[in-house]
Amino acid sequence: MVAERAVVVGAGLAGLRGAEALRRAGFTGSLTLVGAEAHRPYDRPPLSKHVLTGAVAADATTLPSFLPLEAEWRLGTAVTGLDRRNGRVRLADGSSLAFDRLLIATGTRARAWPNPHEGRLAGVHSIRSREDATALRTALAAGPRRVLVIGGGFIGCEMASACRTLGIPVTLVEPSTAPLARVLGTHMGDVIGALHTARGVEMRCGTEVEWLEDDGRGRVVRAHLSGGDRIEADLVVVALGAVRNTEWLAGSGLSADAGGLDCDADGYALDTEGRVDARVAAAGDVARFPHPLYDGRRVALEHWSHAVAQAEHAGRLLADRKACSHYAAVPTFWSTQHGINIKSVGLTEGADGLVIAQGSPKEGRFLAVYGREGRCIAALSVDCARWLPAYAAQVAARAPFPPIHGAIDQPEHRPVLPPGFS
Amino acid sequence: MADATLLDQVKDRKNRADPYPLFARLRETPVSRQHDGTYVAATHAAVASLLYDPRISSETLPPSKRPLTGNPFTDWVVKPIRQHITDTHRPFIFRDPPDHDVLRGAVMHQFTRERVQAMRKRSDRLVADLLNEKCGAREIDIVDDLAYPLPVTVICELFGVPREDEPKFHGWATQLATALEPDSLDDDAVRAKNSRCFDEISAYMAGLIRDKRRHPGDDMLSGLANESAPGIGRMGDYDLVATSILMLVAGHETTVNLITNSMLTLMRHPEALERLRAEPGWAPRVLEEVQRFDPPVQFRTRKALADLAIEGTTIPEGAPVVLLFAAAGRDPQAYADPDRFDPDRHDNRHFGFGGSLHYCVGAPLARFETEAALAALAGRLQNPRLAEDPPYRPGAALRGPQHLRLAIDGIA
Amino acid sequence: MPEPDRQAAPDSRPLRVLVDLNRCQAYAQCCYAAPAHFTIEGREALFYDPAPLAEARADIERARISCPVQAIRVEDPERGVL
Repeated sequence: MVAERAVVVGAGLAGLRGAEALRRAGFTGSLTLVGAEAHRPYDRPPLSKHVLTGAVAADATTLPSFLPLEAEWRLGTAVTGLDRRNGRVRLADGSSLAFDRLLIATGTRARAWPNPHEGRLAGVHSIRSREDATALRTALAAGPRRVLVIGGGFIGCEMASACRTLGIPVTLVEPSTAPLARVLGTHMGDVIGALHTARGVEMRCGTEVEWLEDDGRGRVVRAHLSGGDRIEADLVVVALGAVRNTEWLAGSGLSADAGGLDCDADGYALDTEGRVDARVAAAGDVARFPHPLYDGRRVALEHWSHAVAQAEHAGRLLADRKACSHYAAVPTFWSTQHGINIKSVGLTEGADGLVIAQGSPKEGRFLAVYGREGRCIAALSVDCARWLPAYAAQVAARAPFPPIHGAIDQPEHRPVLPPGFS
Repeated sequence: MADATLLDQVKDRKNRADPYPLFARLRETPVSRQHDGTYVAATHAAVASLLYDPRISSETLPPSKRPLTGNPFTDWVVKPIRQHITDTHRPFIFRDPPDHDVLRGAVMHQFTRERVQAMRKRSDRLVADLLNEKCGAREIDIVDDLAYPLPVTVICELFGVPREDEPKFHGWATQLATALEPDSLDDDAVRAKNSRCFDEISAYMAGLIRDKRRHPGDDMLSGLANESAPGIGRMGDYDLVATSILMLVAGHETTVNLITNSMLTLMRHPEALERLRAEPGWAPRVLEEVQRFDPPVQFRTRKALADLAIEGTTIPEGAPVVLLFAAAGRDPQAYADPDRFDPDRHDNRHFGFGGSLHYCVGAPLARFETEAALAALAGRLQNPRLAEDPPYRPGAALRGPQHLRLAIDGIA
Repeated sequence: MPEPDRQAAPDSRPLRVLVDLNRCQAYAQCCYAAPAHFTIEGREALFYDPAPLAEARADIERARISCPVQAIRVEDPERGVL
């Protein structure tokens, strides 16, 4: 009998927790983790927050291991291809690894500025890796005159917050009418945008950066906006979201594109014909799967807790093929901006209604619930985490929307508002 | 009482020493209705769910009750005013947001990490002194000799209550703590007694607050009386009186049971006592496990503000809801082998300090005091033996031994 | 809290701390147990030191076990995973 070989591709949060889950579920064969970065798995959320302000060193966020993995590590080695017929993954150093079970957790990378020349200018940064955070921290510590953040998603908002903590002038440019509009809708986006404005972030919504100008010596000096305005900024952070690392799967026969690698409801990878490959599972940012809470809509989620939960699920799945349950964890995330704790449960996509269910936006602490076709689909808490578990239960149960009446700490009138999704 | 409900039996003094078999039966129905319309949540999941539910209110106190004195001025002028003040300035354990948040926020602003760390060091010293006083003794009462005087001294020092006034609090605290016992407030005599007691302690606290205004010290009461918390402001006088009473009563009535329950549990698990003697750094885990295994606050009563469906039961609006923390701690769905005392267990999400917005303010103090007490008792008591099964105090909600007498060969 | 930009030698920072901030409810018990390593920013945003020095071991352990929602995990090279 040949010993089983498991390979985990991607040595981030999902890769680590997936490998642990394999072991915990009793997998005793050989285990290899392959990571493109040179580091043991590390935690990314602090990179866009306290690492930038200097409160935490960039190299301090190595993730704790929860059990002895007894694994071989191939770090600093990108994966370049998957040969399913022969059960091998090809690595950038020309070698290959044989597998009987494969966990794909290659995650995402920061979406680059579309103009490569401008993207390479000194003073233009993005943030995804430990090295990115180190470079950005150094640049911030040098005291830039003004930082321009391109993109009003969570990373962009956290970036702007870090600048204000450091007392650095910052402008955030976001093409939609409010920050976070894609995830939270414009109604909540406006509320959070106002919190940023009140803390000194210059918000430029409804406009786009057309091009970045340099000083003739390769250093960025200003940005030109679509309306003709210019922003003088010597540090530019590109925060345009993430691109899924699926290129290496080209030619593998698996169904993958820029939106992720397709999986079935259990977490097994699907080929281009829609057939399950029971040797291969995926987890984390890269996995696109039908979520049972949302009528089987296929989603790929970039949340920390999802990476953990789905990786644990996938690890169990690969360790014990009979343990074939659907993955159904309710998505959750958090972000901190200007010391404000923003947490969410569920998915807002497709919401047709919004209520302020607890607290009050005027006081800067509230909980909002998103509804779709009369059911609760998501809850957003802004400095109101104490009520989130109750609303998370409503979301998990797809309870009638709006939920929970007659409670304490509730606004007297709770009209259903348009959430503002275009 | 043939038709006594399980909750009645929990309240019955004869079951005080070991209510856990009753809790096991209560857990068979996660949320069960009692004959008087009270609903009892007994599983970990049900307690957690209700603790975090905004439809559960803490405003459960009935109006205060003061007996007629025969003096018309007192009965028709003073009494209604007092009544009104008491009823509109309840301590925040009995209040909901937004009032609760304002009052608690002001307290938390004063309950600084520096103050707690100072009291941590102080606890070590006090424990050493209290045990030194018993040097040469062949018997120690854990309650009278350590578990009561330690937290009482700490809370008085923290609040700046003069040491010589402390004995007054003993009776007041015991009486006022009955407010947490179910049914006790249905009894007019108890309510009248509570009101009288509240008036006495209020008068004392009002005097003390005046002193703190004239001669501010570095204690918490001086801070509350003289300083504003950001975004909150300074607490009004009536709220300040009620709040400081709450803190002092809590300091008198809870940690004593945590220390005593811990020591009793250790006496019944000699291998654990032995390990703690060898490894004093284990004490924090011991006390967290006691908070699951035999918590001093066994349950709290709340009220449903709306019909609330949970675990197959609908709690109707207005119904009293008992959150049975002590039963949740023994829930086999939440803990492997729940009746085993195992300080090394993982993922111990006990409700020993309650949970959600009313989580025990003094928990950090209680932890440091209990850690200091347990480490010293395990290390210094020589050959301790349980002299008797301890007698219990009357309370079912705040439950703990009246005395815990140990025979010892000496104190190291 | 950790000093700004301190770059400690790897072997002098043996503990690894991770808090599940989805689970965290800002009870702040860790802040009392290990004030040098946990703090609440604003109303309820927990900030913690992910790599405390070994000397802090006892306080970090107190913080971990006192968390009401058990959101804190610690890897201690000398004692394994907690």
